[in-house]
Amino acid sequence: MAYSDKVVDHFNNPRNMGSFKKDEEGVGTGMVGAPECGDVMKLQIKVENDTIVDAKFKTFGCGSAIASSSLATEWLKGKTIDEAQKIKNTDIVQELNLPPVKIHCSVLAEDAIKAALADYQKKADGALIDAK
Amino acid sequence: MKLPIFLDNHSTTPMDPRVLETMLPYFVEKFGNAASRNHAFGWAAEEAVEQARKQIAKLIKADPKEIVFTSGATESDNLAIKGVLEMYKEKGDHIITSSTEHRAVLDTVKSLEGKGKAVVTYLPVDKFGMVNPEDVRKAITEKTILISVMLANNEIGTINPVKEIGKIAKEKGILFHCDATQGVGKIPVDVQDMGIDLMSFTSHKMYGPKGVGALYVRKKNPRVRIAAQMDGGGHERGMRSGTLPVPLIVGFGKACELCEQEMAKDTARLIAMRDRLEASIMKALEESYLNGHPTNRLPGNLNISFAYVEGESLLMGMKDIALSSGSACTSATLEPSYVLRALGVGTELAHSSIRFGLGRFNTDDEIDYTIKKVIEIVTKLREMSPLYEMAKEGVDLKSVQWAAH
Repeated sequence: MAYSDKVVDHFNNPRNMGSFKKDEEGVGTGMVGAPECGDVMKLQIKVENDTIVDAKFKTFGCGSAIASSSLATEWLKGKTIDEAQKIKNTDIVQELNLPPVKIHCSVLAEDAIKAALADYQKKADGALIDAK
Repeated sequence: MKLPIFLDNHSTTPMDPRVLETMLPYFVEKFGNAASRNHAFGWAAEEAVEQARKQIAKLIKADPKEIVFTSGATESDNLAIKGVLEMYKEKGDHIITSSTEHRAVLDTVKSLEGKGKAVVTYLPVDKFGMVNPEDVRKAITEKTILISVMLANNEIGTINPVKEIGKIAKEKGILFHCDATQGVGKIPVDVQDMGIDLMSFTSHKMYGPKGVGALYVRKKNPRVRIAAQMDGGGHERGMRSGTLPVPLIVGFGKACELCEQEMAKDTARLIAMRDRLEASIMKALEESYLNGHPTNRLPGNLNISFAYVEGESLLMGMKDIALSSGSACTSATLEPSYVLRALGVGTELAHSSIRFGLGRFNTDDEIDYTIKKVIEIVTKLREMSPLYEMAKEGVDLKSVQWAAH
């Protein structure tokens, strides 16, 4: 199977590869997938004043999975929480020109975004309760 | 050294230029139909076919009359299994095979099973991928008419104890078919000594042309009969109708001759290169696991799982080296290699496997380049892997509740 130029580019030059400390303030972590299925994505966001100021990923998976998560971190940076919620897997499919057999990679990336946002929200809510 | 490098010699092999040279006159000049008995064109073609038959038979210690030409090993497997079942159905309908056979065997028996024409026993293999001959013995029933076990596995290269299985088959009077596609031309094969009654093999895995293969069908002790699966002119002693592809057969014959003459030399070279590749990679990369038998495997085979990285991404990172992976992402089914699963390799590690297939035309320079690239890409992808990060932090990955999808 041939890969699109964009997938190859993200694979060769992954954007924002790395990790934040999970307990760092303002950090939300999403980990989705399973090793038995052949892909696991960890996606992290760092939020300040409701805006995602930084994002990082680590992915175990095929080239398309790596590209999907790399692209997701690029898109997340600078977005508000509400805007980030609106990123759809179909946007990723379109941008990376993913073939049908690789659509699950984009679904996983969307799930990872949602999981990271939820984790951030949970931590923020917790902090709020603690403050009260 | 030229890029890309071909290290996928289990899928196919480049044709030896000496083979091509032998074939060339049989396209335009000597184009006759080997079945034309009444003129010089036909005689020339027939002579060339019979010469090739001799070369092929010699490589496997058979009689030339026992070679039936087919389009390749898939057809040979189909013809052997379906042909025996149809011919001997009065005797029974039970077939014994193994769980790591090639799809050409597995899908054939499954199709017969699905149609209610056969009852099939799929023998397990040990952790090295080897069939235990005693399991074969225990699986035999009064209705068993065929045992079909491969010589060497296409993914892990493990060589089965075919001679022992052949002995049991003889003892019990059951026909023994061996899919020897990966083994013929690479390791010594002797159908007499191994007690094989039917054997499938193909030209393009041993530096010959694609589109031609053979089925060895034993002529005496016992005389094996098979029902033809193709109706027509009654070629190949009635077992496989269809005009013989003379140039391909000539090439197949030459390829067999070369394999026979150069096997010792090729084997020594391949083992030296393969062992160097294996040792260098394993030494540099922790948590790399060899799949298959450590010693009893094909000279050109090396199959390794690199924990925490996925196979397809490894292939993508080494796009100037042609390799194959047991990862689900490289198959249409989204299931990782059934061969590795049958060995008891965990699904994660099956996803992380790479098969290196070395052949006659690989060089030391290519191996050096491959060693360097593999180490580079595995290291890079591990840096990128959340699993590697967790493992380094001391997290037991088996204890994690994964959200399966």
